[in-house]
Amino acid sequence: MSLQTMLQELSAGMVISVKIFVCTLLFSLPLGMILCFGRMSKWWPLKMLTKLYISIMRGTPLMLQLLVVYFGPYFIFGIKITPEYRMIAIYIGFSINYAAYFAEIFRAGIESIPVGQYEAAQILGYSRSQTFVHIILPQMVKRVLPPVTNETITLVKDTSLAYALSVTEMFNTAKQIAAAQTTMVPFAVAAVFYYIFNLLVAVLAEGLEKKLSYYR
Amino acid sequence: MSLLEIRHVQKSFDGLEVLKDISMSVEEGQVVAIIGPSGSGKSTLLRCCTGLEKADSGEIHYEGTFGLVFQNFNLFPHYSVLKNIMDAPVRTQKRPKDEVRRQAMELLKKMGLSDKADAYPHQLSGGQQQRVSIARALALNPKILFFDEPTSALDPELTGEILKVIKELAAEHMTMVIVTHEMNFARSVADYIVFMDQGVIAEEGTPEELFHSSNPRMQEFLRKFDEL
Ligand SMILES: Nc1ncnc2c1ncn2[C@@H]1O[C@H](COP(=O)(O)OP(=O)(O)OP(=O)(O)O)[C@@H](O)[C@H]1O
Ligand SMILES: [Mg+2]
Repeated sequence: MSLQTMLQELSAGMVISVKIFVCTLLFSLPLGMILCFGRMSKWWPLKMLTKLYISIMRGTPLMLQLLVVYFGPYFIFGIKITPEYRMIAIYIGFSINYAAYFAEIFRAGIESIPVGQYEAAQILGYSRSQTFVHIILPQMVKRVLPPVTNETITLVKDTSLAYALSVTEMFNTAKQIAAAQTTMVPFAVAAVFYYIFNLLVAVLAEGLEKKLSYYR
Repeated sequence: MSLLEIRHVQKSFDGLEVLKDISMSVEEGQVVAIIGPSGSGKSTLLRCCTGLEKADSGEIHYEGTFGLVFQNFNLFPHYSVLKNIMDAPVRTQKRPKDEVRRQAMELLKKMGLSDKADAYPHQLSGGQQQRVSIARALALNPKILFFDEPTSALDPELTGEILKVIKELAAEHMTMVIVTHEMNFARSVADYIVFMDQGVIAEEGTPEELFHSSNPRMQEFLRKFDEL
């Protein structure tokens, strides 16, 4: 196998890794916000339910969750698993897992805003939703940026777990080529890929942080 | 005309009765100072009056709107000074932006902060932040302005600038209710002083009456201040 075909196959894997990454972020961030509302709800059944959900999602391996999401429909409901479902299961599995982590980060962010901000808003006549959208949320975004960045960097590396469902993303592709061609080169390429990917994430996060540094 | 009328207000926190049957009224243009030892319920009374706390029983009647100036300012850190002042009138009162901006700039001028319109709260001194928060409260054109110890989070050399602003407002006949530990200030600015002790109004009257009161608790309270 020439280096060129190797790189071609690896870049196909790369695209899948990036797809998993982007879709997971796209779905898990809003889902995390919704879970966070449930977790902070004053209605205890909803609060307990989200609390249980978050603790299960954070307390069991992501790889196991991927398998459950993929094979669950067949073993539980007897639904035939189609090949197209493989990637969908990956997106679902990653999103519902990362949403749990984001929910806790968002909750900590919201709870760190001083109660005086709510009181000032109330006195000034802001409605509850206005208070959240215009006063609390912007301050919360700034506060959760560092932990969200941490999770995002973990996600870049976690995309390799998709190999559990035999998805040929970056890592799986590299492994296959390495085994067939008895060479370490694909692993080196994979390492460089993950590293540069995370470097980009870090640079982007730093830029965002700088953009929000106009206030304290 | 009474702008604020409080009747038989009672409030407890987990069994601890913090306000016991409080009644008082505030007339238009009046400046009322609330004084009293720590824990006597002054803040709780103000919080009940402004709806931050719900009284267990009693009635609170208002004529028009009110504003509140907090001890620790509670400015919105992500908004510039100008936006802090303009946002509520525009967003909650739906007033035209141009008009609100004009009023905000006027208020800033009055507070001696014209050059700080584009600054952010963290770039200001405590005294400047408190003046911005007073401007923010005034921008809603309240009928009554409440203050909860507006100077006690400030360095002593900065309290003067806030007291001066409040005195100017008093000269313009702004109706105000001020919780304060500054006895000399209360004496000089207030038309009426309420002395609270252990959840009740132990004594009330004009500054003259109060500072020569024969009430032993009041005398003891004043003596502590003289010792400082
Ligand atoms: N949210 C609360 N929960 C429980 N107890 C409270 C609460 N708020 C106030 N208290 C209690 O009520 C009493 C009166 O408090 P308050 O803050 O009104 O006093 P204050 O006169 O303003 O005192 P200070 O001069 O120290 O500000 C205190 O004993 C306080 O511990
Ligand atoms: Mg107090």
